[in-house]
Amino acid sequence: MKFGVVVFPGSNCDHDAWYAVSRSLGQPAEFLWHDAASVGDCDAVILPGGFAYGDYLRCGAIAKFSPVMRAVKEFAASGGLVLGICNGFQILVESGLLPGALIRNRGLKFICRPVRLRTETTNSPFTSAASPGQILTFSIAHGEGCYFADERTLDQLEAEDRVVFRYLDNPNGSLGDIAGILSEGRNVMGLMPHPERACEPLMGSSDGLVVFQSMVAAFAACHT
Amino acid sequence: MITPELIASHQLSQEEYDKIVALLGREPTYTELGIFSVMWSEHCSYKSSRLHLKKLPTRSKLVVQGPGENAGIIDIGGGYAIAFKIESHNHPSFIEPFQGAATGVGGILRDIFTMGARPIAVMDSLRFGPLDDPLTGPRNRRILEGVVSGIAHYGNCFGVPTVGGECIFEPSYSGNPLVNVFALGVFKKDEIFYARASGVGNPVIYVGAKTGRDGIHGASMASAEFSEESSQKRPNVQVGDPFMEKLLLEACLEAMQTGAIVGIQDMGAAGLTCSTCEMGSRGGVGIEIDLQLVPQRATGMTPYEIMLSESQERMLLVAEKGREGEVLAVYKKWGLDAVIIGEVTGDGMLRVRDHGTVVVEIPNRALADEAPLYDRPHSKPRRDAPMEAPQFRSRDLGGDLTALVASPDLCSKRWIWEQYDHVVRTNTIQIPGGDAAIVRVKETGTSVAMALDGNGRYAHLSPREAARLAVAECCRNLSVVGALPVAATNCLNFGNPERPEIMAQLVEAIEGMGEACRFFETPITGGNVSLYNETLGDPIFPTPVLGVVGLMPTGAPVPIHFQKPGQAVILLGGLGACDDTRFGGTEYAKVVLGSLWGLPPALDMDYEKRVQAAVRQMVAEGVAISAHDLSDGGLAVALAEAAFGPAEVGAQLEFSSDLRPEFLLFHEGPSRILLSTERPDEVRRIAAEHQVEALSAGETVAGRVAVRNRGESLIDLEVRPLRVGWAGALEASLRG
Repeated sequence: MKFGVVVFPGSNCDHDAWYAVSRSLGQPAEFLWHDAASVGDCDAVILPGGFAYGDYLRCGAIAKFSPVMRAVKEFAASGGLVLGICNGFQILVESGLLPGALIRNRGLKFICRPVRLRTETTNSPFTSAASPGQILTFSIAHGEGCYFADERTLDQLEAEDRVVFRYLDNPNGSLGDIAGILSEGRNVMGLMPHPERACEPLMGSSDGLVVFQSMVAAFAACHT
Repeated sequence: MITPELIASHQLSQEEYDKIVALLGREPTYTELGIFSVMWSEHCSYKSSRLHLKKLPTRSKLVVQGPGENAGIIDIGGGYAIAFKIESHNHPSFIEPFQGAATGVGGILRDIFTMGARPIAVMDSLRFGPLDDPLTGPRNRRILEGVVSGIAHYGNCFGVPTVGGECIFEPSYSGNPLVNVFALGVFKKDEIFYARASGVGNPVIYVGAKTGRDGIHGASMASAEFSEESSQKRPNVQVGDPFMEKLLLEACLEAMQTGAIVGIQDMGAAGLTCSTCEMGSRGGVGIEIDLQLVPQRATGMTPYEIMLSESQERMLLVAEKGREGEVLAVYKKWGLDAVIIGEVTGDGMLRVRDHGTVVVEIPNRALADEAPLYDRPHSKPRRDAPMEAPQFRSRDLGGDLTALVASPDLCSKRWIWEQYDHVVRTNTIQIPGGDAAIVRVKETGTSVAMALDGNGRYAHLSPREAARLAVAECCRNLSVVGALPVAATNCLNFGNPERPEIMAQLVEAIEGMGEACRFFETPITGGNVSLYNETLGDPIFPTPVLGVVGLMPTGAPVPIHFQKPGQAVILLGGLGACDDTRFGGTEYAKVVLGSLWGLPPALDMDYEKRVQAAVRQMVAEGVAISAHDLSDGGLAVALAEAAFGPAEVGAQLEFSSDLRPEFLLFHEGPSRILLSTERPDEVRRIAAEHQVEALSAGETVAGRVAVRNRGESLIDLEVRPLRVGWAGALEASLRG
């Protein structure tokens, strides 16, 4: 299974995602430049963390106009797996691939710390390898990670079992303690915490592997 | 027309001006005068310190590049090398804390990647005035918050982890905070780039941000004291754009891979001026540029303004003639300006044209190497602390410890470092809060440990001893995590060197640092001198900050925290010695007694070295379950910190000592490490091999820290409330 890691100008977790997938997970991975017209032969796409185009306007607001995002939308529409981490989540939300918005953290400060997450659903290609309710520890590192949506959207997310991860100790004021959500088709996931930073014991946690392993399993199930 | 007033306003002396005229054989133009004034400023020329910096050791088997380049370079084996340096951005951070600190980070990062190294770690050594002072507190809090946000803003966006540092408060930094930023990068040993121009006819290429009017005369500003008018210097502070810097990083590293780059230097202090004449001077060639070709942000900029602008995120490079297209293509891919603005010449001159007219024509050597060199008079180091100790006797040692761990210097700095992304790049093995930060080098199986230290209170009492102690402390910090210290960088923060008693502080600190660096085999491969740190005639405490890097095999780090109850606790190095005089610089003297006197703790370098070797061996052999070095606050504070792990495992210690209780618990004598182990015999064996004391002090217990001496209880406290006070103190004091 081949992973494509998108590189926007200003992405800075692109190498980390590439390293986690290729070294810790042992799957092929390549970088996709922001002006790429297609995702090539990649079987899954990761939108990594960072500050795409500087994020001086609103996080992800410029990135959504980049050519590669047109390709990512087509890929997602055809059922391809898309994982947006941190800035990648913000871009997915700005692009309309996921609902809601990510606004300034409660407290207005950038926060970098390990957080505990509860796996709210295993009915997804990103969490199928987890056990229901499994507690995972990933790091967050963001200034604008407070998940916000109108009540109807929140109700819909809950009703459709599309909240994937919830914070046990909400660090940023996210509504419903939401840390990660799925698209309607369940093949697009965005989350603020960084699973790619939690893929080896030396980094303090290997819990992130479960996300990538789930993706590999989901892909294998579709292609056997 | 160059008038005496114009010369004075450029902070040049009449003698210096006469030297300029002699070097040129004529009067300088206005632009040339500006160029000389920045290149010969204290900040760029080190004219007051150069003579003494020569006393520092700079070589070892591992040193690939010593001082004189953008950063020092150390061979870490496996075909890889690291580049690292520390630099100050004190003056801008006082005038405009957010941008001052942000551009401080930006500047040192460029120093690293201009050599071809990818930055993998940043650390900061910060000094502020007291947060709770009724008069200056509000301003000090604003400066701290601004500096921390500035560092976070720049480092987080750029994508380099800020992995540690130190943050200390003293009234002397109220009008003059210190922001010293350390950065470290990694690269292949055979892919190092130098800031040297060569090859007559090779094109000179300008890349990165456009030139604006920001930061003009920043270098000169950094070479003067502050007065009441200093807030008017805000326009001299540059504005940083970390996104631009990130693009510049990626584009430069990619452009270097083409093999078409001959030399490259960032435009830092003194901008285009410094990069052109230094690259020319190092390569023994001339450089000719045309200002009309320089990308400009503002209209109508004069040659003077363009040459002296300190706009950020700019680089100057020399490419191989005929291959410039390959280089330009890379920058185009990253959406950056890259323009050929001139070429390398054979005549050794910096020649600048504007609309066809030559406006500058100066021998490069005159600017870069002929700067004045002063042997400034130095007397006895300034100090206003007595030698005599006041009378004191503690009524509540437990209360003293509770106060100490919640004091500004010793309390948890989590509020600061959680605002920094300290994990990006997934190399951070030891996050902030340990004795040393550790980042792995993924390519080699080697990790780099690093620590910063500089105690202004000690240095006020004795600059020489303080500098030696800083070297010892950093090396001990590294040894405790199992790393072998291999090299150092320094940032020397002092007042006005034209005052003999300040100059004496600088000279003694350099000599002490040189002596210790020689002894601990950590050559200084580069650094920075920041003088004129005074406001309204009040100098800061002399603050020689040292950064030491060490190497170790990549692996899980030894924590500072006790892990579980029932394990033996050993005080490696023993209880140490203290007397009234040597207690005067301690945190106890500061926090509990509100006083400063005497001398810093005494250092036996030979013993220190053996203690360090012993602990490195204990870590390497896996016999230490936890290890934490004793420093500020002494034994009791180290004990408390070791108990502040998530499990809140403390220890019960029992001694038989003649030291008075305050000394036993709180003296800051060096060469001591608090260990927990399941194999005390092994610890004692290794200690004996190195001929150092391994004092069996007691054992770990759940939730308590207690110390007894000869049967008498000195402290007996629950960990939880102690930890709560320690954890929340900084945030509480920021609320005012």
